[in-house]
Amino acid sequence: MAEPLIFDLSVNGRRGFALPALDVPEVDPADHIPARFLRQELPLPSLSELEVVRHFTRLSRLNHSVDIGFYPLGSCTMKYNPRVNENMARLAGFANIHPQQPDETVQGALQVLKSLEESFAEITGMDAMTLQPAAGAQGELTGLLIMKSYHQKKGNHKTKIMIPDSGHGTNPASCAMVGYEVVNIKSDARGGVDIEDLKSKLGPDIAGLMITNPNTLGLFDENIGELAHLIHSVDGLVYYDGANLNAIMGWTRPGDMGFDIVHINLHKTFSTPHGGGGPGSGPVGVKKHLEAFLPIPRIQFDGKKYHLQTKCRESVGPVLASVGNFLVLVRAFAYILVNGREGLKNVSAYAVLNANYMMQRLKKTFDLPFDRFCKHEFVLSGKGLAKYGVKTLDVAKRLLDFGFHAPTIYFPMIVEESMMIEPTETESKATLDCFIEAMEMIADEASKNPENLKNAPTSTPVRRLDEATAARKPDINYFQKPE
Amino acid sequence: MANYIPTTPDELQEMLGAIGVRNIEDLFAEIPPELRLQGELNIPQGMSEPEMIRKVTRLAQANETVDNNCCFLGGGAYDHIIPSVIDHLLLRGDFFTAYTPYQPEVSQGTLQCIYEFQSLICGLTGMDQANASMYDGSTAAAEAINMATAQTRRNRVLLLQTVNPDYRRVIGALTTPLGTETVNVPFEDGAIDPAKVQELINDQVAAVVMQYPNFFGCIEDIERISEIAHNAGALAIVVVNPIALGLLETPGKLSADIVAGEGQPLGIPLSYGGPYVGFLAAKKALLRRMPGRIVGRTLDVDGKAGFVLTLQAREQHIRREKASSNICSNQALMALNATIYMSLMGRDGLKEVALQCFQKAHYFKRELAKIEGVSFPFTGSFFHELVVKIPNARKVIGKMAKQGIFAGIPLDNWFTNLKDCVLIAVTEKRSKDEMDHYCNLLGGLING
Repeated sequence: MAEPLIFDLSVNGRRGFALPALDVPEVDPADHIPARFLRQELPLPSLSELEVVRHFTRLSRLNHSVDIGFYPLGSCTMKYNPRVNENMARLAGFANIHPQQPDETVQGALQVLKSLEESFAEITGMDAMTLQPAAGAQGELTGLLIMKSYHQKKGNHKTKIMIPDSGHGTNPASCAMVGYEVVNIKSDARGGVDIEDLKSKLGPDIAGLMITNPNTLGLFDENIGELAHLIHSVDGLVYYDGANLNAIMGWTRPGDMGFDIVHINLHKTFSTPHGGGGPGSGPVGVKKHLEAFLPIPRIQFDGKKYHLQTKCRESVGPVLASVGNFLVLVRAFAYILVNGREGLKNVSAYAVLNANYMMQRLKKTFDLPFDRFCKHEFVLSGKGLAKYGVKTLDVAKRLLDFGFHAPTIYFPMIVEESMMIEPTETESKATLDCFIEAMEMIADEASKNPENLKNAPTSTPVRRLDEATAARKPDINYFQKPE
Repeated sequence: MANYIPTTPDELQEMLGAIGVRNIEDLFAEIPPELRLQGELNIPQGMSEPEMIRKVTRLAQANETVDNNCCFLGGGAYDHIIPSVIDHLLLRGDFFTAYTPYQPEVSQGTLQCIYEFQSLICGLTGMDQANASMYDGSTAAAEAINMATAQTRRNRVLLLQTVNPDYRRVIGALTTPLGTETVNVPFEDGAIDPAKVQELINDQVAAVVMQYPNFFGCIEDIERISEIAHNAGALAIVVVNPIALGLLETPGKLSADIVAGEGQPLGIPLSYGGPYVGFLAAKKALLRRMPGRIVGRTLDVDGKAGFVLTLQAREQHIRREKASSNICSNQALMALNATIYMSLMGRDGLKEVALQCFQKAHYFKRELAKIEGVSFPFTGSFFHELVVKIPNARKVIGKMAKQGIFAGIPLDNWFTNLKDCVLIAVTEKRSKDEMDHYCNLLGGLING
């Protein structure tokens, strides 16, 4: 039975919350506000507290989540979210402070932020950080704003950014938002950047290179040092998309690879919950020569007190109206404290171990386009099933019937019928084995009974949905029926 | 000291054997030696959970909070009453440990919640469509401007100076790289004279950006300003406070084309600035310019109703550099927070919250007016926030902070001509006793 919409559960006159009685003498709003600015109707539903609890509890049960089962969604790092971090983010001393409070009343919060900046700078090998960007894509945008300011200050005429064809969709979209053109760079036979292609497109108009390493194929690009050198030779900057930082913490650092700008995703690597699509957090780190461009406010420590510095002449300006997604940052702070230096190194060690274990076993059943050790994730191709009329989409849907979330599919685009699998370090061998067996059974089923895949899923709250009609006749607002 | 990795030493050996390597280091062998980290990261060793709790709790306790102080701060974030039940629902792992609903068959909970959020925002603002959320109010406003410049193919915006100054800075940082030029429109008596907009507008202007109620709490004539915008072929963008819309007419009815806003007042803790949630809603003609996720209702193969991410051809993962925005992760859980708040408060409750804010702020103004030396630089209609001029304001509010009252935000932070002016917000959470105490203390400090 589907859960009704909240509006259809409404009964006029019901209340879900009782406010304290008004304790001041009343005046008539109509005496103070012109009538045309006073609203007549408010189309919100009316429910009791229990009805609201039941509605959202029932809805929650329709979701797959990390808490329910394996979630090998590549590039998203769906690791366990330690519960103690939720408690830390809910401490009144963090949750109940106003962003406009004077600095002297928020010294603990500022200390958390400063200390977190230092930890991230150390982990990434950068010199200075901002914690302000609200998500990875906003980190990219911030990094590119910094890049643009750098070139403007130097009088460089730069119009283009290089991005490998395996890059995340956010990379070119972020470039467009700062007015840079995108130059696509091919991948080579080993899955890395094709250096010859890059060289042939390199020129004085190149502002920089945006790259993920390990890349979205889960492969470490050994030529990164040379790539950075080439870009620097035209006074370009090298940008590190930190979506895959979970593969290398404590093993190697973007700063040591030659990167000038880095963003990291706290909701991936640092275990802050994904929340059904956010809030994330995308801190950005830079080398010393770019520090002056970081967003404001900067957090300063004068040896005694912390304070927010808003007067920074060369700053790209604020990219959010606050210091950042503060309570997300608190969770990451707690995670780093518990893990410590050896714990973080282990995180990456076991993330890489789990991915390689799965890859070695699954390559017996599915095509593996780049057969070399992967880092924290790997990409298979479902093209071998085409002969049974089965697509990667069908494999993904069938996995849902087995109680697993599907891998990321059809990305990266350079692999046909791709499936991007990222197990993370928090999954046990038993879970990995179950998933591997399910994949083997599904491959077997594809050859014997492909209809099972094409009809999948059958055990989920709803089955395959009509996305074409959804886009053609959008029904996106309860109050407006589609035409 | 973390215990989040389950693999036992025996399992490790088995897995290494299956891979065909001796140890984990072998899996990192292709990283050139000169790029490998020599030694260890220079961060402390891990600590046990109780040790961490002690350390983090001590840092939390080093902050003054709105629990043990009395908060009259606003300026975009407000100290409202938050029903306890909201957090219990947010803590359901099925919500907070899921991600973007890429597989709709196993994400109907998240998807339906987003559809309800979109619908509630439409109902509140009087718009035709809303997206699944933006990072905060300021970035929602910046994205609204990008929509308008793309739609009109013009690159100038009139930005009223009564729009939150922090938002104006974010707008500047995020829209100028695309060649957008912002022209400030100055205010008089705390609000914008529409004639001033008329004077500055021309056929180069993509949009007029206004705030309702504005940064000073005053009720801007968004209807007249929107008409002026439309007459010049520009769009009307209105930044709103969602609680005020419990009392005030919708921007939709007052001719706005795009509404952006900050959802924090809808039951989200102050959190030192975040995570909050931006919302963005627009008229039908702008549907394909909308950034971010949008959820639509459809049917499954059995004819059963369900929800999917829709109109994805606008988005970065499909369109790459041609997308309407780069936004990917948004603030879904905070949108759920706001959705639960609006459902709980409901029609009568939200009206009452708005009305109580209005009543208390107006009571407070009457009481403040009795204090000799206190004056009000602006005379227009206001909702729940007002500007008060206090002799030696910075010194006085500093002293009040020591007495447990966050008395207001000094406006000379942003407006050099508003020296000694303080922005004061009054929500339904403030009691008559607290306001009376404020006035006594203030009177004593000014005249004592």
